Amino acid sequence: MIQALSGQLLVGLINGSFYALLSLGLAIIFGLLDVVNFAHGAQYMLGAFAAWMALTYLGIGYGWALVLVPIVVGALGVLVERLFLRRLYGIDPLYGLLLTFGLALVVEGLFHHAYGNSGNAYPVPEALQGGVSLGFMFLPIYRAWVVLVSAAVCGTSWFVIERTRLGAYLRAGTENPKMLQAFGVNVPLMFTITYGFGVALAAFAGVMAAPVYQVSPAMGSSIIIVVFAVVVIGGMGSILGSIVTGVALGLVEGLTKFAWPEASGVVVFVVMALVLLVRPAGLFGRQR
Amino acid sequence: MSPRARVFAAYAALVVLGLAAPFLVYPVFAMDVLCLALFASAFNLLLGYAGLLSFGHAAFLGSAAYVTGYAARSWGLPTELAILAGVATATVLGAIFGALAIRRSGIYFAMITLGFAQLIYFLVVQLPWTGGEDGLQGIPRGKLLGLVSLESNLAMYYFVYAVFLAGFWLLHRTIDSPFGHVLRAIRENEPRAQSLGYDVDRYKLLAFVISAALSGLAGSLKALAFQFASLSDVHWHLSGTVVLMTLLGGLGTVMGPSVGALVVVTLENYLSSFGSWVTVITGAVFVACVLSFRRGIVGEVRMLVKRSFSA
Repeated sequence: MIQALSGQLLVGLINGSFYALLSLGLAIIFGLLDVVNFAHGAQYMLGAFAAWMALTYLGIGYGWALVLVPIVVGALGVLVERLFLRRLYGIDPLYGLLLTFGLALVVEGLFHHAYGNSGNAYPVPEALQGGVSLGFMFLPIYRAWVVLVSAAVCGTSWFVIERTRLGAYLRAGTENPKMLQAFGVNVPLMFTITYGFGVALAAFAGVMAAPVYQVSPAMGSSIIIVVFAVVVIGGMGSILGSIVTGVALGLVEGLTKFAWPEASGVVVFVVMALVLLVRPAGLFGRQR
Repeated sequence: MSPRARVFAAYAALVVLGLAAPFLVYPVFAMDVLCLALFASAFNLLLGYAGLLSFGHAAFLGSAAYVTGYAARSWGLPTELAILAGVATATVLGAIFGALAIRRSGIYFAMITLGFAQLIYFLVVQLPWTGGEDGLQGIPRGKLLGLVSLESNLAMYYFVYAVFLAGFWLLHRTIDSPFGHVLRAIRENEPRAQSLGYDVDRYKLLAFVISAALSGLAGSLKALAFQFASLSDVHWHLSGTVVLMTLLGGLGTVMGPSVGALVVVTLENYLSSFGSWVTVITGAVFVACVLSFRRGIVGEVRMLVKRSFSA
């Protein structure tokens, strides 16, 4: 009983870590660029696939993938911002959503064509294999690693955005990009870097996810819809808010899987409906 | 031509084309186009006129398709009542989701509707009567008013066509009514519409419900025409496709969504043997539309005509 419950809570905590990482990236991009990055899921999938391909074709292991893949995919993100997104600033933000939706379809379709529907397994790296017994449950080391690393990444991002000079520029740009430009900051460059960073974060989450889930073309779109609901529940107003909401919803999902497994797929959307009823602006959001 | 004559000419062309279509193309293909054209036109009322992007419209088409299919097959309801049951389902869902979704605007509205549609998708996957992965198969078309059998594709086509015309006309009337003009005012400047004394939320909700109901009608027809309802009817891919049809045909134009539906369905039909390339090409068309073709086909043609007349 306790074992089953704590097992599901652990799975929930893992899922929640990914929700937090992804909604953090979405919130950073949306805050500055006013673009809802629908391609976030595809970029996460791209990260997982890049890690898998690096291992399968080039023999590059997990450690290097964790560093290299976010850089490569982030560079692709920079390209996307320069080539496409840049042309849409200043018009209705809905077009940014539609453009990134189109990009997501292209990426997902290409991988679907090349690798089919089925998932590919990515082995857990040797150093992180095995687990420890906590008495009431068995804790696989890789899962603990996922939770710790995403906590560290989320914490660092929060610190950089809220406590450093660079973060101050970012927050100023979120409030009023024109004013910031008037002070001599290169705002267009900041937009590019921010988008690239958000995409790199998604790819990083993808590499982390590769040994946990099956690496498949559909892994991005199935998670991004849940992450959108997370974002609606938390509100994109605050960085800390999106992290907390992500983890909390992962746990709620885990609890539901324990208590009523059939409902675990829909519980996030039910919570979304409830939050809209009582606090339309989201738990941490400002109405805008 | 006066505007009135132009509308009349457009409808005359629509009637002639629609009557001749089953002799020019395969009737099942023509029915597919008509169902999705009605769906896209209903969607356009929301996005094109009220400025609300719903990313979950497949929920309304799909739920109506399943309910109509189940009512006709397992309860043995007559065709008209089965359609009514489907439309009623979509309307009720539209009222619930709409009331919640309009509490937020813009980008959030899109994400909320997407979330609710995913909820419906999971329900359809898990409910015992929906047939899971297989969907509902062998839905009988029944008899119109208990007299005319719809089993032949030609008879079914003309039935679908008549309902399409009625739905299309209803939407056209809604767009041109004072109600439609208030919707446009809300799209252009919501605070201003509010300050003029309009209850903005009520207008938005009503537009959402009308759009959901007619999307449901399209779904009911689709289930009867194809004699099955499947998971792809409630999948978010379809919600994306309807945005693409509307955008490609021309956002906020009366004819645009139907033109877009014709183009997209034709494209999908020709590309169906290429498998996942359909997704890639759909995505690429999306990107191209957003970047450099935001007025859509009908919008561009209209601009050309305007320019050549003023020059």
